[in-house]
This record gives sequence, structure tokens and C-alpha cells, in this order.
Amino acid sequence: MAKPASTLSKKAGEFMGWVDERLPVTQFYNDHLAKYYAPKNFNFWYYMGSLALFILVMQIVTGIFLTMNYKPSAAEAFASVEYIMRDVDWGWLIRYMHSTGASFFFIVIYLHMFRALLYGSYRKPRELLWIFGMVIYLALMAEAFMGYVLPWGQMSYWGAQVIINLFGAIPGIGEPLTEWIRGDFFISDATLNRFFALHVVAIPMALLVLVVLHLAALHQTGSNNPDGVEIKKHKGDDGIPLDGIAFHPYYTVKDIFGVAMFLLVFAFVIFFWPEAGGLFLEHDNFVPADPLVTPEHIKPVWYFTPFYAILKAVPDKLMGVMLMGASVVILFFLPWMDRAPVKSIRYRGWQYRIMLGLFVIAFIRLGILGMSEGTAAQTVEMRIWTFVYFAYFVLLFFLSPKERTKPVPDRVTH
Amino acid sequence: MPTDGVNNGRRRFLIATTSVVGATGVGIAAIPFVESWKPSAKAQAIGAPVQVNIEGLEPGQILKVQWRGQTIGILRRSKEVLDLLPSMDDRLRDPLSQESEQPSFAQNEGRALNEEFLVVNMHCTHLGCVPQVIPTVGAEPFDDDWKGGFFCPCHKSKFDMAGRVFKGVPAPTNLRIPPYSFIDDKTLIIGVSPEGVA
Repeated sequence: MAKPASTLSKKAGEFMGWVDERLPVTQFYNDHLAKYYAPKNFNFWYYMGSLALFILVMQIVTGIFLTMNYKPSAAEAFASVEYIMRDVDWGWLIRYMHSTGASFFFIVIYLHMFRALLYGSYRKPRELLWIFGMVIYLALMAEAFMGYVLPWGQMSYWGAQVIINLFGAIPGIGEPLTEWIRGDFFISDATLNRFFALHVVAIPMALLVLVVLHLAALHQTGSNNPDGVEIKKHKGDDGIPLDGIAFHPYYTVKDIFGVAMFLLVFAFVIFFWPEAGGLFLEHDNFVPADPLVTPEHIKPVWYFTPFYAILKAVPDKLMGVMLMGASVVILFFLPWMDRAPVKSIRYRGWQYRIMLGLFVIAFIRLGILGMSEGTAAQTVEMRIWTFVYFAYFVLLFFLSPKERTKPVPDRVTH
Repeated sequence: MPTDGVNNGRRRFLIATTSVVGATGVGIAAIPFVESWKPSAKAQAIGAPVQVNIEGLEPGQILKVQWRGQTIGILRRSKEVLDLLPSMDDRLRDPLSQESEQPSFAQNEGRALNEEFLVVNMHCTHLGCVPQVIPTVGAEPFDDDWKGGFFCPCHKSKFDMAGRVFKGVPAPTNLRIPPYSFIDDKTLIIGVSPEGVA
């Protein structure tokens, strides 16, 4: 009985040989999975990258099915979303997976970015990896903003009004630029239609290319790890890093476990809390868009509110827009602002621990204040946390070279 | 590739010129795509003037109409409201409307052709929300010394009863005044100045 099986595997081997001569499938599989060696000391924070990829695929699949019933026109958009929710079989599930998926995408991405701050993953030689990640983050913000306009509710409409008018603050070309973005003198059918095109075709394609570049840059340098030491410095006789383990099967199994845990939480939110009390889907967006009535209290979805708070903190239109832009752009320069002799927070001085802690508190407080009514006291608080946010970068630049660090081990620890 | 007898100068020249021609071609080919984003002929045609009947508008009342997709408010102001306007000056950023957008006929204290009627583009000059009209005089949650005016719910900008912006709010200029004129006592036309079509 053993003979046919071995004949079969021989045949399979011959077939793969035939394919490999024409397309390097085996080589690709080895380079990026079976013989790609990642540090063996990954912890919880290292789930986020694979989770982000998983959510991207989920958003694309659910998005494709939503476009089958959604109508990108000002007259029909709101009703078509209600149609998906009420009349299409399982339409509610697909729509809630997509809308909740957007918020979870940002949760995972923010944790992914925080991981980079913890372990210095943006430091040399991973500057390009970080920059591709930042471009993905920007593309994701554009994607999320345009996606939020599509249901054509009150918050879609007025959110678009406020965000597009941000470009109006640019001196000289501001007004014509906003007209060009809208394709009309106000937010209209033309605006909705082009946002739909960008949301479902242009930006997703750009995101896929960017993810390929992000992974290519990662596999060129190899992953950082919680100790911030380079595993490629110590290789065995076989050329394999002593502290590395094959991505497949070790980390594929770990990441599948992560996906399962994620789905447990994700499913709970979809089934019992899809609006998240107005955080994931705002209450005003269940009212059709009305160009004549601005809702009492306009705010973006939670993942934009930290930056929105910085905008609101400044009592000048142009300065507010510029400071808000700067708060995102400054992140691109992190690899060159952090000049500490070590990467990982495990071996950094107390200054960095306090600074990073304050930075995280500032980001969260700004996020909460960005959703608030904006009383005088809240405005003062927004200004304080905006100051703390930017102070992080300034202090990092000046304090990090002099930081008193702990000795870094030669190899990864357990 | 054999390199003997290669004229490097000519090769560089050919690479440079074909690159420039190619890049120019791509740039020019992009123009139609960029221009296709501008308001279409149809969208521009909809921007025609709008006639409004203001008969029966009581003092303190506001009538909202749409012109070029913008919300235009027509507010009838009483004598008391108009008398309060000069007292606002020290709280305003641009009391004389020198940096604001309005037809020349409306660059006055009441910012109007006929000061009884304020015809104003309701979109906040900050980020385009439509402010609420709060014509009552007295303390409000956002202002202890409120004398009536416009209050924007989005970012708390405040304007007086002539649409003039307060100091210390995000909106940079006064509310815009569209071109308009009176056809007769009861009818207003928005989009046409007394001198003719805007």
C-alpha cells in the first residue's frame, strides 16, 4: 500500500518542479513563511500586524458584498443602507461587520503603532518600514472618512462639510480647492459619487500595494522584538539566527490563535453592541442628510477625535488646521527624533517611560475631549494635552541621546 | 550588451529627451482627469438667482432658502435689535467688515441694503456649519452677556445680529453676505445685486 502513496508524492514533487521552473512558488513560500526566521520572544503586541491584515481582508470581502446593494446617489444612498439592514438576507451582519470592522481596524492599528513606540521598532534599520506603515495609516484615515460619508446620514453630510472645508483654510487656493474636491458648490451627489469610487476602488488598491511594500521592508530587515536586539547578529553554522524560529508553523499557529480570540470579541460587539453607544455609529447618522439643518453637536468618529481636539484647541482657522496636520506628520519623523542608545523600553531610562506614559494619556484624553461639547474648561484642557502631545517629540529629540539606559543583553531574553 | 562604439553622449541625450517627452505626455493626459472633478456644467447651471417672498416675515423671524446649495437666511430685525449693534463693536473682530466678504452695498453697520432685513449666507466662515439664530437678549450657557446673534454648534463661533464675528472664536471673518436686491417691497432676489446679476 505504501507504493502508490510514494508515487503520488513523487508526482506532486515533479509537478512542483514543473511549476517552480516557471514561477518561483516554493522559493516564495520558503522566503516568506517556512524559512523566514522571526525572533522567538514575540509577545501579545505582536498579534496586531497579522490582525490588521486579517481585518483588511475582511473589510474588502464585506465591502464587495455591500456594493452589490448600496446605491451611491444622494437620493438613494440612505434608503439603500436601510434596505441592506432590513431586507437583504444577512445584510445586517455584513454591514455591521464592515462598520464595526472599521473601528476595530483603528484599535488594532493604534496598538500596532504603540508597540513600535514601546520597543523602538521604527529605529534604524527599520525607518522605511515605519514610513510605509505611516502611509498606510494616512490611506486608512482617508478610506474611513470617505466610507463614513457613504450612508448619507446627518453626520456623514456634516462631517464631510467640516473635513472638506479644512482644505479651505489654505491661503489663496483654499476655496477653489474645496470646490474641486466637492465637484459642486456644496456637498452633493457629485461628492458622494466620487467618494464611493475612491472608497471602493482607488484607496483599497493603494492599501494593498502599500501592505506589500510594508511586508517587503519587514522581511528585508527582519522583525524587531521586545528586547530590541538584532537576532541576525548571532547565526548558527546553518546561517539561521540562533534566536529565530520559522514563521510557519510557529507564528502562523500563534496568529491563528490571535485571530480566533479577536473574532470572539468582534462577534460579541457585532451581535450585542454594534453602535457602541454612538462611538462606532453615531446617533445622528440614523437621520438622513439635511443640508439645511446642522446637528447640534458635530464630532467625527472616535478614531479621529484626538486630532480633531487639536483642531478645536486653536482659536484660529489656519493655525488649527496646520497644527492638526502637524500632529500626524510629525509621526513620520520619529525614527530620526528618537536618538536613544537602546531601542526597547525594557532597557530605557525612567524619562522615556514617563514621557511615553504622558503621551498615551494625552492621546486618550484628546480623543475624549474631541467628542465633547467644548466648554471653556474643556478647551483649556485640550490646549494642555495638545502641548503634552507635541512636547513628547521635542523632549524625545533632546533627552534621548543623554538617557541613562540599562545594559542590553546580547541575545533575546525569555 | 556590447559597449564598443557606444556614443554615451547621444545615449544620455536620447534618454533625457524621451523621458521629458514622456513625462510631459503623462502630465497633459492627466489634465482631463483632474478637470473632470470640477463642478459640472449642470451643477453650474443650478446656481441661478432665487426669488423670495418676504411678506409676513415678523421681526425676530428668519426665513431660510437655498441658493447655489448654500443656506441663505433672511432675518427681520426690530428697531431694538438695530440699536444694540453699535454697542457690540469692542467684542467684535471685524466690526467695520473690512476683512469680510460682502457686496459693497452691505459694508455698513447693519450689513444690509435695507437694514431691517439681514440677508446672510448662513454657513459659518470657520468650517461651514449652519449656526443657530438665538435672537433673545440675556445670559446663555455659552455667553453671560448675550445680546442676540448666531451661535455655531460645531466649534462655538459667535456672531452678532449683523453676522459679525466675535473675538476669540475659531471663525476668521464675518458671515458672508450674498449679492441680492429688492424687486419690490415684498420680493427679494438672491444672486442679483442692485447693479445687476452677480
